Amino acid sequence: MDLSLNIGSLRLKNPLIAASGCFGYGVEYADIVDLSTLGGVAVKGLFLSEREGHPPPRIVETPSGMLNAIGLQGIGVHRFIREKLPELRERRAVVIVNICGTTLDEYVEVARILSDAAGVAALELNISCPNIKEGGITFGCSLTGTHAVVSAVRKVTRLPVIPKLTPNVTDVASFARAAEEAGADAVSLVNTFLAMAIDVRTRRPRLSNIVGGLSGPAIRPIAVRMVYECRNTVKLPIIGMGGIATVDDVLEFMIAGANAVQVGTANFVDPFIWSRLLDGLRRYMRDEKIARLQDLVGTVDTTAREQAWISS
Amino acid sequence: MAQVYTRDMPVDIDATVMGNRRLSADYNVLAIDAPEIASRARPGQFVMMKTSRGLDPLLRRPFSIFEILRDDGGAPRGVSLLNKRVGGGTSLLYQAESGARLACLGPLGRPFEPVDPPAEAWMVAGGVGLAPFLTLAEALHARATPTMLFYGARHAGELYCVDRFETLGVRVVLATEDGSRGAHGRVTAPLESALSRRPLGEPLKLYVCGPTAMMRACAALAASHGRACDVSLEQVMGCGLGGCYSCVVLARDDSGRPHHTRTCIDGPVFEASRIVWDAVDAH
Ligand SMILES: Cc1cc2nc3c(=O)[nH]c(=O)nc-3n(C[C@H](O)[C@H](O)[C@H](O)COP(=O)(O)O)c2cc1C
Repeated sequence: MDLSLNIGSLRLKNPLIAASGCFGYGVEYADIVDLSTLGGVAVKGLFLSEREGHPPPRIVETPSGMLNAIGLQGIGVHRFIREKLPELRERRAVVIVNICGTTLDEYVEVARILSDAAGVAALELNISCPNIKEGGITFGCSLTGTHAVVSAVRKVTRLPVIPKLTPNVTDVASFARAAEEAGADAVSLVNTFLAMAIDVRTRRPRLSNIVGGLSGPAIRPIAVRMVYECRNTVKLPIIGMGGIATVDDVLEFMIAGANAVQVGTANFVDPFIWSRLLDGLRRYMRDEKIARLQDLVGTVDTTAREQAWISS
Repeated sequence: MAQVYTRDMPVDIDATVMGNRRLSADYNVLAIDAPEIASRARPGQFVMMKTSRGLDPLLRRPFSIFEILRDDGGAPRGVSLLNKRVGGGTSLLYQAESGARLACLGPLGRPFEPVDPPAEAWMVAGGVGLAPFLTLAEALHARATPTMLFYGARHAGELYCVDRFETLGVRVVLATEDGSRGAHGRVTAPLESALSRRPLGEPLKLYVCGPTAMMRACAALAASHGRACDVSLEQVMGCGLGGCYSCVVLARDDSGRPHHTRTCIDGPVFEASRIVWDAVDAH
């Protein structure tokens, strides 16, 4: 049974990746999850320097989901390399670093520093965080901005470059195309949906940042649709995510067109989810007689539905 | 908080509810069959409970371990939780019936460090903030540390399990806001007069858990009387393992600089003097 896949020059042993911001720096989970069994670990978003993030309250639950406005609290790229990367290497984790910037130069600088560090497998460009005012999503919401960040980072690194796309646009596939044209090795999607919740007694927003990003099962059908649209538009490997909590959810994303997936919110609920998902994938492959899991990617059969539509 | 507390490996148990003792219309004690957690738990640690099997509520909730339950031979058999019904998740735990199964992840968090005699331990609890103190009282009892409990609630009907503490030799001082039992008013009043009476040469440590305003007042009293004080903070948590950075509190590091610090792995127990109380949401 072959669950592996390639993203640029990087080989992942299976398609299950811990989503950025939902797995700390990976080391927090090292005692309870064998990090080397995951396809990859996307660590929390990093800027050049440390950031304190937003004051609490930072999360609120909503039906089948949650809003977060963490505000990209983080230790900065230098401390990450000093304090976290050695342990991640020791644990043989495939480390995908999620990088952030308030300016184009900052993305480039962070990418350059990480490219010189031993033990980084790929760079995921966070151009999609809805929770910070400067940078980030302003690149991810403009086609020229997306193209500019990806091509600038492309020039300074040999590591696979994976821009992470925001769903807060009308046509996400056009952003995948811009990323492809700029030399990305893959795209990941989706980041969270900009959202809001209000306490009706106090009439105050439930988050200190007023708005936040919606994640969890609530967003899954929209994320699946977006992966499907991107699959129809680009040839790049796609890393799909948004509300994955069961093996059927993983399979749904892959059939829609994802080569790999990330799991975020569901890891909060069940930190032992990884072995369950892996077992489930193996069982599905056995039952459906699939030798290479990548053969499943993008196999959604729309013909019957399309015919019904034409004849109606 | 330079170093992260290195924990015993937490386990996730699909645990059976062994009993549910409803103390009032809002409070209950839920007993859970979880030997692997009970045998590892230290005073002041917590568990993350999945309160439903489905997606509503989606996330787990943190609960202090209230008691370590033992079988007839004395072996750790399970844990109990002191639950106050405030929202959807806590209502489900209030209603849970024996035999129901709930996922329980733990033990988690930095525990209390019990002091040794001749130091005394003074525990200060407000409302459901009583929860982490029974396990601490047991640990203190085992060390023969002289222990007091200052325990406040709105009215007499909301003071629970006082006899359990007395059995462990704890001297208990009660206060109720309506004066229906113990001192009339806030529990910080008898605490303050006791602190004033105690000679500085006689060592003492405060352990506090309760509403933010109470913890903050206790922190100020401890500082003005020159006493060590640990608080156990209750924040909204996403994961309990350090993964999400949602449960942060503004706390000073060794150099005195405040940082957003994770309550789940760097706490829930903190030195009160490190907390920037102005930044803590009142609840
Ligand atoms: C608490 C929290 C923090 C997050 N932090 C980041 C981050 O630092 N960088 C990033 O690219 N995405 C971040 N995300 C988005 C997730 O990586 C993921 O794209 C999103 O949550 C959808 O997946 P899910 O429904 O499985 O959680 C965060 C999500 C949550 C819930």
